[in-house]
Amino acid sequence: MSTIKDQSLLDPPTIPKEFGSGPLQRRNAAITEPTWVRWLLIAIALGFLSLFLLLPLAAVFTEALRDGWGTYLTALAEPDAYSALQLTLLAAAIAVPLNLVFGVSAAWLIAKHEFRGKQLLTSLIDLPFSVSPVVAGLVYVLIFGAQGWAGPWFAEHDIKVIFAVPGIALATIFVTFPFIARELIPLMQEQGTDDEQAALTLGASGFKTFWRVTLPNIKWGLLYGVLLCNARAFGEFGAVSVVSGHIRGQTNTLPLHIEILYNEYAFAAAFAVASLLAGLALLTLLLKSLLEWRYADQLAASRRH
Amino acid sequence: MDITIKNVRKTFADFPALTGVDLHIESGELIALLGPSGSGKTTLLRALAGLEPIDGGSIHFGSTDATNLSVQARKVGFVFQHYALFKHMTVADNIAFGLSVRDGKTRPTSAEQKQRALELLDLVQLKGLEKRYPAQLSGGQKQRVALARALAIEPRVLLLDEPFGALDAKVRKDLRRWLRELHDKTGVTTVFVTHDQEEALELADRVVVMSRGRIEQVGTTAEVYEKPATPFVFDFLGSVNLLAGEVQGGKLKLNGLSLPTDTALSGPVDVYVRPHDLRLVEPTSDGLDAQVSFVQRTGPLVKAVAKLACDDSKVDIELGHLDPMALALKPGTAVRLLPASFGLFARTPHVAVQTLPDVMPNAVPEQRGDRARA
Repeated sequence: MSTIKDQSLLDPPTIPKEFGSGPLQRRNAAITEPTWVRWLLIAIALGFLSLFLLLPLAAVFTEALRDGWGTYLTALAEPDAYSALQLTLLAAAIAVPLNLVFGVSAAWLIAKHEFRGKQLLTSLIDLPFSVSPVVAGLVYVLIFGAQGWAGPWFAEHDIKVIFAVPGIALATIFVTFPFIARELIPLMQEQGTDDEQAALTLGASGFKTFWRVTLPNIKWGLLYGVLLCNARAFGEFGAVSVVSGHIRGQTNTLPLHIEILYNEYAFAAAFAVASLLAGLALLTLLLKSLLEWRYADQLAASRRH
Repeated sequence: MDITIKNVRKTFADFPALTGVDLHIESGELIALLGPSGSGKTTLLRALAGLEPIDGGSIHFGSTDATNLSVQARKVGFVFQHYALFKHMTVADNIAFGLSVRDGKTRPTSAEQKQRALELLDLVQLKGLEKRYPAQLSGGQKQRVALARALAIEPRVLLLDEPFGALDAKVRKDLRRWLRELHDKTGVTTVFVTHDQEEALELADRVVVMSRGRIEQVGTTAEVYEKPATPFVFDFLGSVNLLAGEVQGGKLKLNGLSLPTDTALSGPVDVYVRPHDLRLVEPTSDGLDAQVSFVQRTGPLVKAVAKLACDDSKVDIELGHLDPMALALKPGTAVRLLPASFGLFARTPHVAVQTLPDVMPNAVPEQRGDRARA
């Protein structure tokens, strides 16, 4: 760029010849990289994206339809697949609302209050992220299993926890616990407590303050948290695998069902069910994008100050 | 409504924020709590609102003991430095919030709420903006909406925490005048916190100067400026020169200069003289000889630094730019100075009173107030 002379001293300033008649901004070397660097970065990003995200997704659907639509639909219509889908949806339907409540309360507590042991609680919330899901599953077996601490008591009262829906729900709750809290804590910390204090001075009760001020402030973060939590609840394998007992048609969730089919060399069926799971994930993403698109102006307003 | 504060104390961990504060605020007064950061002024304001529980003492609103009342029950209007407007609500909904959260029977109908919001919007001169969201308003407009929202609940007292701190200098000046007019119109007892002495002196009926959790002085704006009770107040309310003198037989002896004074002190004293109270006098009359070392024109003022001949200490001088003597202020010229007005305090071991660092070290100069610039 040694050819550029100091143009600022000319009056009126002229655009140097080498820039042609285009806007000056486009060739401002101080704020943009050379063209080849930009294209290289874009190519790397796109290549990575295709290889690691799009290709597997496409593979799932191609494999699922390899033997044609007939096989695909038969695999999905199978009663075991249907009950696995039901169980997956049920586990998520239990885990997500509970974690919504737990996550919001935990985030509220950590972000808006000062108390002893706050650091410990913050670390505890991350525990499910750091502990292997298999270990989490085993913990529940140790507690509620036939030989576990609380197992005999539950057995006496004829409540089945392990190898039944409650165990699967518990394992799912444990594994998905941090998603909502983690999403909300930084958001709520950044927002501070001024809004809440303003509401209190205006006479609002604690509940009204939460409902009318805090919740609207965090609703987008909460939505992302719920979607992430939901996606993980659908897909959870490790912890659920330990507590489920793999009883076909009864305690198999979709991921477990896929594994069984795969191990039985029923590839087309395995991929068909996998495509169902992937479809659920895509649906979630679509929902999120739709909401973002529909409420774009609100979203922008809540981010501005 | 008048406010009586008795022996209020508050300690954060090991930091004493308020160490026994007594203050009486008359009904309808506009009071400024002025002090550097860490002086306890914001803590006192928040204690009045009930946002900060106090360790001891009592707070009365009129005849009501408010010490143990909840925030909601105190019915105070609180305005935050960063507005704290509800981002997801329109301006009208923000203003009506205090009415809409009332319990069933006392809650006005939504038509009444809207009506009241529009009235208040008119009062704060923002007619027509009721459908906007806070993000679509300027800083000054936001602060006025926040004020309207606080007034909507017909508060016993209005408390403002550095209300103009986040605004730029021009808007701040306009809003100051506007707030004064609004106060005269509504007559609500108002307490505001500021670290800007100019703001306090321009806006308030009375100024409460605070330092390290204590009240240093309470007085009208003229009193605190002209008769500062302590060296701290003298220093905090404007720039000041510190000279060493001695009181003998009712006269102040200052390096051979003898000045009349009515002080009760005697012996060595610290003499506090404001830069604009140092008058330049003819070489033939009495005064302190000095040599000008530096001159700067700052807007309407000519500011100079001069070195005293007697002890080589430096003093600041300020003159209006139209003052005939201002022409004599050139680096290197000899001048004769006479303290036209000064404050005397018993000699203390330290050299000069240091104020705490400014509250917003990163703020642009015009937002920091004159104290920081001087």
